[in-house]
Amino acid sequence: MENILRSIQLLLKPGVHDGEGQRVAEAARRHLGLRTGRVQSTAVYSVRYPVTDQQLHDFATRCLQDPVLHDVALDELRHEPAFKSYILVAKLPGVTDDEGISAQNALGDFLNQPLDTHTQHIFSKRLYFLEQELPESSLRRLAEELLGNKLINRFEVGPISQIRDYTPRPGGGAESITNLVSLTGLSDEALVQLSKENLYALNLEEMQAVRAYYAAPETQQERQAAGLPIDPTDCELEIVAQTWSEHCKHKEFSAVIKYKDLGTGEEKEIDSLFKTYIKNATAEVDRQLRANGNDWLIKVFSDNAGAVRINPESLFVWKVETHNSPSAIDPYGGAITGILGNNRDPLATGIGGAQLLFNTNVLCFGNPEFNGTLLTNQLHPRRIFEGVRKGIEDGGNKSGIPTVNGAIIFDDRYAGKPLVYCGTGAVMPMQLAGLDSWEKKIDAEDRIIMAGGRVGKDGIHGATFSSIELDETSPATAVQIGSPITQKLAMDFLMIATRRGLIKCSTDNGAGGLSSSIGELATISGGAVVELEKVPLKYPGLRPWEIFVSESQERFSLAVEPSKLEELLALGREMEVELTDIGYFTADGFLDVRFDGAPVAHLNMDFLHDGVPRKTLEAEWQAPQAQEPQLAADLDYTDVLTRLLGSLNICSRESVIRQYDHEVKGRTIIKPLMGATGQAPQDAAVVRFNFESWEGVAVSNGILPRFGDLDAYHMSAGAFDEAVRQIISVGGKLPNLAPGDNIFWSVNDNFCVPDSVYDAASNPDGKQKLAKLVRMCEALRDATAAYCIPLTSGKDSMKNDFKADGVKISVPPTVLYSMTAKIEDVRHTITSDFKQADDVVYLLGETYDELGGSEFYQLFGELGANVPQVRFEQAKELYTLIGQANDQALIQSCHDLSDGGLAVALAEATFGYGFGAEVELKGELSLATQLFSESHSRFVATVAPEDVVAFEQHFGARATRLGVVTADGQLTVKQAGQTVISAATADLRHTWSNGPVNQVIGLGHDALRNTNESSTGGLG
Amino acid sequence: MVQALILTGFGINCEEEFAAAYRLAGAEATIVHLNQVLLGHVSIHDYDILNFPGGFSFGDDLGSGVVLANKLRYRQTPSGRTLLDDIKEFIANGKFVMGICNGFQVLVKLGLLPNLSGNVTPEVTLTHNASGRYEDRWVRLKVNPNAHTPFLKGIDTMEVPVRHGEGRLVISGADTLAQIQDKALNCLTYIGYDDSPTDVYPHNPNGADLNCAGLTDPTGQVFGLMPHPEAFLSLYNHPDWARRKRLNRGISEEGDGLKLFRNIVEHVQGQRAEAVPQEASQFLS
Repeated sequence: MENILRSIQLLLKPGVHDGEGQRVAEAARRHLGLRTGRVQSTAVYSVRYPVTDQQLHDFATRCLQDPVLHDVALDELRHEPAFKSYILVAKLPGVTDDEGISAQNALGDFLNQPLDTHTQHIFSKRLYFLEQELPESSLRRLAEELLGNKLINRFEVGPISQIRDYTPRPGGGAESITNLVSLTGLSDEALVQLSKENLYALNLEEMQAVRAYYAAPETQQERQAAGLPIDPTDCELEIVAQTWSEHCKHKEFSAVIKYKDLGTGEEKEIDSLFKTYIKNATAEVDRQLRANGNDWLIKVFSDNAGAVRINPESLFVWKVETHNSPSAIDPYGGAITGILGNNRDPLATGIGGAQLLFNTNVLCFGNPEFNGTLLTNQLHPRRIFEGVRKGIEDGGNKSGIPTVNGAIIFDDRYAGKPLVYCGTGAVMPMQLAGLDSWEKKIDAEDRIIMAGGRVGKDGIHGATFSSIELDETSPATAVQIGSPITQKLAMDFLMIATRRGLIKCSTDNGAGGLSSSIGELATISGGAVVELEKVPLKYPGLRPWEIFVSESQERFSLAVEPSKLEELLALGREMEVELTDIGYFTADGFLDVRFDGAPVAHLNMDFLHDGVPRKTLEAEWQAPQAQEPQLAADLDYTDVLTRLLGSLNICSRESVIRQYDHEVKGRTIIKPLMGATGQAPQDAAVVRFNFESWEGVAVSNGILPRFGDLDAYHMSAGAFDEAVRQIISVGGKLPNLAPGDNIFWSVNDNFCVPDSVYDAASNPDGKQKLAKLVRMCEALRDATAAYCIPLTSGKDSMKNDFKADGVKISVPPTVLYSMTAKIEDVRHTITSDFKQADDVVYLLGETYDELGGSEFYQLFGELGANVPQVRFEQAKELYTLIGQANDQALIQSCHDLSDGGLAVALAEATFGYGFGAEVELKGELSLATQLFSESHSRFVATVAPEDVVAFEQHFGARATRLGVVTADGQLTVKQAGQTVISAATADLRHTWSNGPVNQVIGLGHDALRNTNESSTGGLG
Repeated sequence: MVQALILTGFGINCEEEFAAAYRLAGAEATIVHLNQVLLGHVSIHDYDILNFPGGFSFGDDLGSGVVLANKLRYRQTPSGRTLLDDIKEFIANGKFVMGICNGFQVLVKLGLLPNLSGNVTPEVTLTHNASGRYEDRWVRLKVNPNAHTPFLKGIDTMEVPVRHGEGRLVISGADTLAQIQDKALNCLTYIGYDDSPTDVYPHNPNGADLNCAGLTDPTGQVFGLMPHPEAFLSLYNHPDWARRKRLNRGISEEGDGLKLFRNIVEHVQGQRAEAVPQEASQFLS
């Protein structure tokens, strides 16, 4: 029967506070300069399902309406006469609509009908009424910039007398069409053009390799036997493009690089950055570990995430990835799919079903207070910031995974493409149903089961899209919206199914969709047959190739023994997770894709996975010309410290942190903010594994892009050290210090660099950029060797440029080291905040004349020259001493020195309770250097008076006594009897917590005032 | 052993710490997917305490707890009953129901709290925080001295984290408000540093009416709260644990939240101890 469209509108009752409406009005005024008058927000549900009038009424009033809050309007869009304009925000066809699906769930329960929730019958929308009569252009601007994104939303706007409704009606009949694409006889230009038009992101050499494959007589024979024409099908070229994408294949990290140091004249050839600096370095670390009885490194670089052994019963699984390009065009969708997608990596490592323990995120944005002109399709940094933050909030909170650690870095060069790094740690039993959990085994005849969400056109070409630079024509189909609830169901299901031994192994459907996930799994058995007509779709109208490469979210591909299939499907029905048998694995060496029995693709697996031609790239290093600035001699250092605390890169992130649930699961021991005030920033997070033991894991992130402007090697080394010392600071220990000590470390590297492939016209400084990448990798190798810390997984993102209107915004070469380390007893960890008056304050480690790239110089618009360097041997010795001292409980607080140096660290350590400190600097270096140098491998630590002798004996010259913690709430720094800094720590904290980040994200002035006023005296 | 049933599935996500709380309190905790109950594989009547954990059931898309409450009210088990029918019977049998955060929202949207009328219809609601934001922060609570629920026995004040975006209790109607106060159903109140109730953010994190953080029904058997006592089972959950431990090296390693679970487990054990002689005498007669 034809379903008539019905509608239910929920309006807040008169007198009920309309927070959303108020925020829209305020944001329109603040960000767009639009006077809207009062704004009313209402919810609309359009029901395209046969219901009687009575059923509609009862469903609306009993299921959707909150009787305390709402009035209901049926089959009309009601508004008060005072309003003059309207904005309707609907979703485009096929865009994830969790709210609509939830309403549909409720309708199914209400009617007690098995209403299929995989086909959408209810569509949710927001309808806003505005008091002012605004022109359509203003309304549209408000809609596009504040209420939604034109890539995912459909907006209707206008005068209130002419409300237009819109309900998506996706699709239009099945399209089982497979086209052929002839490569024969095409000129070089035509091949390149073909690649560009179809978003294959393959270069000429790669296109030629594809053509050569099809021209080979054995290929032609194979194709004939399989019933395929000589020319490639659209699906085949798509599969090759996905599989060979930079995103999946890491071609630049595998390339041969000819490196020249223009300063020294030294030349060398690097046979793959990945192999030379990452894989081989880890292999060497592993050799040293094993030689010393530390055999906890279980799985590196060969699965969705790295795995290390916690104890004989369990594994720790760790993965960090980026999701930059999608976050640039749809910040919310990009970030939420980033975090949910990253969650699927540990979930689908080995057999699968790991229990997710925590998330982290590190974000790089342009200045959120930017007030210049934006390029075409460039989103304002503030909007990217807010959208990404919200995506991480929903992705983490709604999945029940605490977000325990992170960082936000601001630099104008991230204003084109932001960097969004998402990390997830998980725990997995060593054995699942009697098998080694980390192994992936598949035999021919095993079934291919797709689990989770359905397939739509969303996210087509994500893998290839992220492998090219962004420009103003970036495709809308690359946008996806995550559905945390769909994934949570799949996650709960995987946990149970793997423990019952129903799944042989699993992998997630991320970039490249089924094409990548099945393509990769098929390498284990040696082939696969996929029957695409069985894949459940969100809506009709997809072509076979689209089904195969779609990146629709929340999906896993499972390998299942035929004998276990029935039980698995039954469990799926019980837990309401859609499972579909879409084919089987083979051992014939071919990826064989069919639609209704007709061949769609038939590709030789060797060609597919090993046929990509290797690149040869050029790198040239020239040290930048830099010099130390001359600053005024009479600086007011109290003022300088205050300004630093209120600066963009140092100020409090509390408004962001508090919107992430950082303690769900009840296991977070060191949270991002601690102390009686809840405002003392911490170094690493600490999470215990379970409630039965005190074992846990420390988590940290090191990232220092601005040092890269001086030297990419020292930037990378410094970032590595920063992550290590944060873990040392909370009481973690370096690995391999004692035979069989079983202190695991697991590190992910994530490189995000601008296009580093030289091109005389489009990328003239490409060689220099590539040289920076080489130097970053060299530092990585040196650091892993020095600390004996292994990398277990990682990722590289190579085209972080945004091009529009003839302008290119490129990110600075950036590397993030995300570290985890075992904590034997979380009760012995250390927090950063001062604990008691009269405790003695020490500086651990040495300060050097290294103000280059510092936040201090940044205040004066200077870069300087003396970039901080890591002295690995000295650092390792100090970190070992700190571990020993903590074993003797000699350390009461410990805070690592980073942005802003000693002065900022001292101030931050007072924020937990409202203590003060009296400190005397006796070093030889200039005062500014002692206060603000960002030399690495240093800490501010406090010691109880009774432990001072033992402490000083233990550290010797590595500890410098600075002064004492005081109860008076004053921070006083003296040099040679002169007071050089004197400030009330309450004022410093006020400046820090009222900095630009909390202002932009809006903790609210009242909130800031109250927390500041009331907590000075502590919680008692 | 006291048996606690903890429901999960569909976006509930605090079931593990909820179970840990009961185990630490000496009960046996069983985590079960809601569909196991709805399909009739598990009966709530085999348990003493029915628990609704926090999380985002069905993504909180229609308002927190709404879709789950709807399912309990309308979805029929194979025997043609709804789970709400079973819960009513469960309560009539003198057993206990607890909801935390999203679980509390479910109990409120279902009408099991405060249930002044006794016929399980929604009387109050929980909606978006006054700040308009989800927030994770620690608050202090005071127990209403007139509240009569075994869950809160002997507790005066406690510290706990709140982690919600829709925790503002809205009570419409002076009569409802008066009845809740008269019967002391507003069993938990947000307080400032001076221990007095406060509507000042962030001590009152959401702007709740009566500064109320938790409710009981008139029997005291049904209890729900927005904050998370199950997230403060150990001293080391507290943001200021390190300083407190420094101040008092002999400080207990237990968190404030655990007391609440010990209370209800002991209460059920006590009920049983009283019931045993009775049963024995029945056998004799």
